Amino acid sequence: MALLEVVGLTKDFGGVRAIDHLDMHVDVGEIVSVIGPNGAGKTTLFNLITGMIPPDEGDIRFEGRSIVGLRPSQILSLGIARTFQNVRLFPEMTVRENVMVARHARTRAGVVSALLRTPRFRREEAETRRRAEEALAFFGPRLVGYRFDQTAVSLSYANRRRLEIARAMASDPKLLLLDEPTAGMNPRETQELTELIGKMRDEKGLTILFIEHDMRVVKGVAERVIVLDYGRKIAEGTYDEVAHNEQVIEAYLGRRATA
Amino acid sequence: MAETVRAVPREVPLGAAPPAFAARDITLRQVVRNGVLAGLGVSFVTAVGMVQAFERRFIVSQLSLDYILVVAFPLALGYLAGRPPPVLEGFEAPRLGAKNVLAGLLAGALAGLVLMAFVGIFGNFDVRDVFTNVSPEALARITFGEGLFEGSLAMLAVQAAFGALGGALNLVPERPRRAAFLAAVWVVAFGLFSPLVRQVLDNLGFPFLRYMYRSVSGALTRTGAVAVFVLFFVLSLVAKGSRLQAGERFRALPESQRRVVGGLAILAVLGLLAVLPHILGNFLSEILNFAGIFLLMALGLNIVVGLAGLLDLGYVAFFAVGAYTTAVLTWDRPEGLAGTLPGSIRWGPELTFWEALPFVILAAALAGIIVGTPVLRMRGDYLAIVTLGFGEITRLLFLSTWFKPYFGGALGVQRIANIEVFGVEILSPQNFFYFIFGFGVLAVYASYALQNSRIGRAWTAIREDESVAEAMGVNVVAAKLWAFIIGAIIASFGGAIFAVKVGSVFPRSFSIEVSIIVLVIVIVGGLASVPGVILSAIVLTATPELLQELAEYRFLIYGVLLIFMMLKRPEGFIPSRRRLRELREEELAQDAWLRAARAQREREELAEPVPGS
Repeated sequence: MALLEVVGLTKDFGGVRAIDHLDMHVDVGEIVSVIGPNGAGKTTLFNLITGMIPPDEGDIRFEGRSIVGLRPSQILSLGIARTFQNVRLFPEMTVRENVMVARHARTRAGVVSALLRTPRFRREEAETRRRAEEALAFFGPRLVGYRFDQTAVSLSYANRRRLEIARAMASDPKLLLLDEPTAGMNPRETQELTELIGKMRDEKGLTILFIEHDMRVVKGVAERVIVLDYGRKIAEGTYDEVAHNEQVIEAYLGRRATA
Repeated sequence: MAETVRAVPREVPLGAAPPAFAARDITLRQVVRNGVLAGLGVSFVTAVGMVQAFERRFIVSQLSLDYILVVAFPLALGYLAGRPPPVLEGFEAPRLGAKNVLAGLLAGALAGLVLMAFVGIFGNFDVRDVFTNVSPEALARITFGEGLFEGSLAMLAVQAAFGALGGALNLVPERPRRAAFLAAVWVVAFGLFSPLVRQVLDNLGFPFLRYMYRSVSGALTRTGAVAVFVLFFVLSLVAKGSRLQAGERFRALPESQRRVVGGLAILAVLGLLAVLPHILGNFLSEILNFAGIFLLMALGLNIVVGLAGLLDLGYVAFFAVGAYTTAVLTWDRPEGLAGTLPGSIRWGPELTFWEALPFVILAAALAGIIVGTPVLRMRGDYLAIVTLGFGEITRLLFLSTWFKPYFGGALGVQRIANIEVFGVEILSPQNFFYFIFGFGVLAVYASYALQNSRIGRAWTAIREDESVAEAMGVNVVAAKLWAFIIGAIIASFGGAIFAVKVGSVFPRSFSIEVSIIVLVIVIVGGLASVPGVILSAIVLTATPELLQELAEYRFLIYGVLLIFMMLKRPEGFIPSRRRLRELREEELAQDAWLRAARAQREREELAEPVPGS
């Protein structure tokens, strides 16, 4: 069953067509990778799905329901969470608070109950905290303990990426969009994260759509690969299928000189 | 700066030892710069007339404020001239010695030379058309009345001497030096604010007052000055270390005990505040009340600007709404005179303050929504400009003839009823203090309660990165509106109290200056830091009042203090926890965590012995 369906999606930036009549889908429980050369429109696709920019044409359906025109916060509460290519945390907030923010859509406490400290508020606050710490614990000992109270800005680059993923996971998503999750990580960290992506699906039941440049990660974990070039889908299939596709090789390496 | 960074000498004489990585030492440039600055500083205070104005203002015995000012420049800049530049790690610190004193002396002498030039030029040419305050008397004062040339030579000697003294301060270890500096500042403060200090000490029943102060000039006696100096010298030597220790000990306590100790500390502060207005007397209580009204506004604005990051330059609008709502609802309509008074306000339900309060809150919330809604999609500078406009619009609406039947136009609303609490009418400054203080406690509580809640996190997230906050599920529209509403309500309390306290409201009380002062309070205190905002509200509103005696120079001094403050601590008086990212704190936290983890492991190992051991 298709969790996410993209139909005839088009987006222009001035004269540049970033996404060109794109059709794609992600099924429940799948791990799908989007690859393509720089400027192929991968991040634009994520921005469109999460409602951060409006599409010009086409439709995006999540669980059979169109989500075009919804605010990003509404889309998140339906169950699509994302990370960013150039890690975007709340730098002056602590690690724990960063993750707690993502529970906003799943909690209700308002200003009045916060002022009165009602039992319901306390319960919800404790629950939010517990869920945040649980999400951070997914990455082993790296983000727990004294790290809870450190500001996000004091983390290492790899830990910031992990924190961002934890933040997205804490919002109880059904579909997780990861934008280059291993960028800037060393080979060991990359390997570890590749395993974690699999674990997210197997243990947390998440469906995952991720953009990646590192082909070892794509090969390691993606069940299906979608290749974008100039906003169009030029190939789709398993890693081995697309890796030997003429068009894909051409898109990455350039047109072979005609003899 | 490039040349001063170079640490290794370029040429090494043959046969000499290999160059050690000696740190940079004081340079001639540093000496000249500070010397000239000191000279210009003294010339400046003379030229603006401060020297002459403070001639009869005795601080300690016969020592008057003008001479303190005149020697403060060479002292401070002589110290800077003789101060070695900061030592980088791995470099050997330059040895301190006679050259530091000499540098100070040179700088002081240079200051004296600059001053001589100043006296020479201004004494021989009449420039009073431009510099109205450069009178012959002022020049005579600065040359000790000994004639221009001889006098300025004497002044040169004085400047050089104090420069040398300043340079010599570098030889004193840091802690006593700091303590001595603070103690000296306290001595000057005790002398400067002597009427107030004397009154407070009198209220406290301090028995040695007449030994401490001279009865006629109000200056400290020599004994008094020495006593104050010694007291504060010792206090600041002791206090610094123990304050840090107390903080660490407090953090080391288990959660339950920490609660008890924290609660006791809060009770102690409340108790102190309860007796405060009686110790301070009417005048100081009145200043504190004034500060309290600004504190309420600052706490409200702190939520809008500090927490949610929405730069509001028209914040006075909410203050005005609170004041006018209270005024209109509670003003006392004189019998049979309605419609004949100037301003001729036609409507007035004559509620009590407490009956009016819910309406004040409602009106403020509404104002918050009215201002908030159109600016929801704006960020940064645009938001600031639009809110600036809203502030002015509000003032003009209250001023307009359109609303004159309700708000009285330029004549405002007068005869506002007093507040009664449990049958006691609040009139005296002391009673007002308790009243304002009550609202202040509420606002502080609200600030903390909201900061550590779902909405508080949403605000901070919006401040940090609005689009990510939205993408992470924060309803940015609702959160921003709430920030405006809460900020407006807290400010409206300030306005309500202001209206009752003054007894009348006029549109001109709600000018843009109020918005700016409140914003300055929030920034100087440290954005998003409640203790910082409290401190800066008191300091920034009380300082100009306390300096009233210094007449037209008080804002000059105030401005200098503000600039100095922002240069020294750009993050505010008390930076908020988030902004305090000192390595030390982090290390401490890490150590504590590691210790706890080790203890845990050891406990577990004790519980189930490792096989084979």
